[in-house]
Amino acid sequence: MTSEAATIGLTHGGSEDTGLGHRGPESKSIVVPYGFWLFVLSDMVLFSALFATYATLVHATDGGPTTNQLFDRNLVAIETVALLLSSFVCGLAMIAAKRSNMMWTQGWLVLTGLLGLVFLSIEMFEFAKMIGEGAGPQRSAFLSSFFTLVGCHGAHVTAGLLWLGTMMAQFWAKGFQQHILRRLLCFSIFWHALDIIWVGIFTIVYLIGTLP
Amino acid sequence: MTEDEDHLLDVAPGAPHDNLFSETLLYIVGLALALVLTGVSFWVASTSVLWGPGVATGLVVLAIAQIGIHLVFFLHITSGPDNTNNVLALAFGVLIVFLVMIGTIWIMGHMNANVGMSPEMMNLQTQH
Repeated sequence: MTSEAATIGLTHGGSEDTGLGHRGPESKSIVVPYGFWLFVLSDMVLFSALFATYATLVHATDGGPTTNQLFDRNLVAIETVALLLSSFVCGLAMIAAKRSNMMWTQGWLVLTGLLGLVFLSIEMFEFAKMIGEGAGPQRSAFLSSFFTLVGCHGAHVTAGLLWLGTMMAQFWAKGFQQHILRRLLCFSIFWHALDIIWVGIFTIVYLIGTLP
Repeated sequence: MTEDEDHLLDVAPGAPHDNLFSETLLYIVGLALALVLTGVSFWVASTSVLWGPGVATGLVVLAIAQIGIHLVFFLHITSGPDNTNNVLALAFGVLIVFLVMIGTIWIMGHMNANVGMSPEMMNLQTQH
């Protein structure tokens, strides 16, 4: 590249003409996960609003059941460990996928999904039990905000499981191509982020909610 | 500019390392630390050894520590120069999250305490 070409803006050589620094735009392997990281952070802002709503309404029980009467810490402990292990195994799948190992990648992804399903089943069981006892979302402002916050997280996990299924199908059908690896990286960011949000939920909703 | 050269200058969040052993170890260490912090959280919440009024604050501190563990060991957010963009985006996200949460809890707590209501009004309210 000649310096003349750079100064008249025909290349990405100069910072003045492109506004993108001396190297031009980043490669897709950086830009795509970075953009997804921004989405995940905005999702956390969404959850912060739901957390704030919950914290405001937690005592507005309208004479109905309170946090101490509803929540079962043992179930929550199992949920927490299942989701944490799922996040960990998802990282192992990422490691195997990077080395184009089909058997280990699919195996770890199946395990990620199964652990996610364990989490989701326990949550569904808990919701069904609460609604059966007359503690559904329409009972009080506290329960409305509880089902919105925890249900929104559960909906994210459900969407993540569907995404996980399509990732497995894509690796199976198309192999370890760069753009599919990028999608798996985005999925792993999403999955780890859901675990981060769950840390907030089990601490604020379940543990602080059931202190004596 | 090749992909390899790019990796020296910037990395994506959650991007894997090059060495199989070191990156697996990173996840295992992260998992172990997260499990310990989770266990401590559940223990702190159930024990009566600790000073009661401080437990809730302690739990929040433990949760923030665990979120840090997840960010470092699972999402590979570091303080290195190749991570500046990721860290800046995270910092902005954390700022907004804290503004929304602390702002809401602060304002709504004061509203709840200071906006007095007559007993007749209280009966119509669904609160308490």
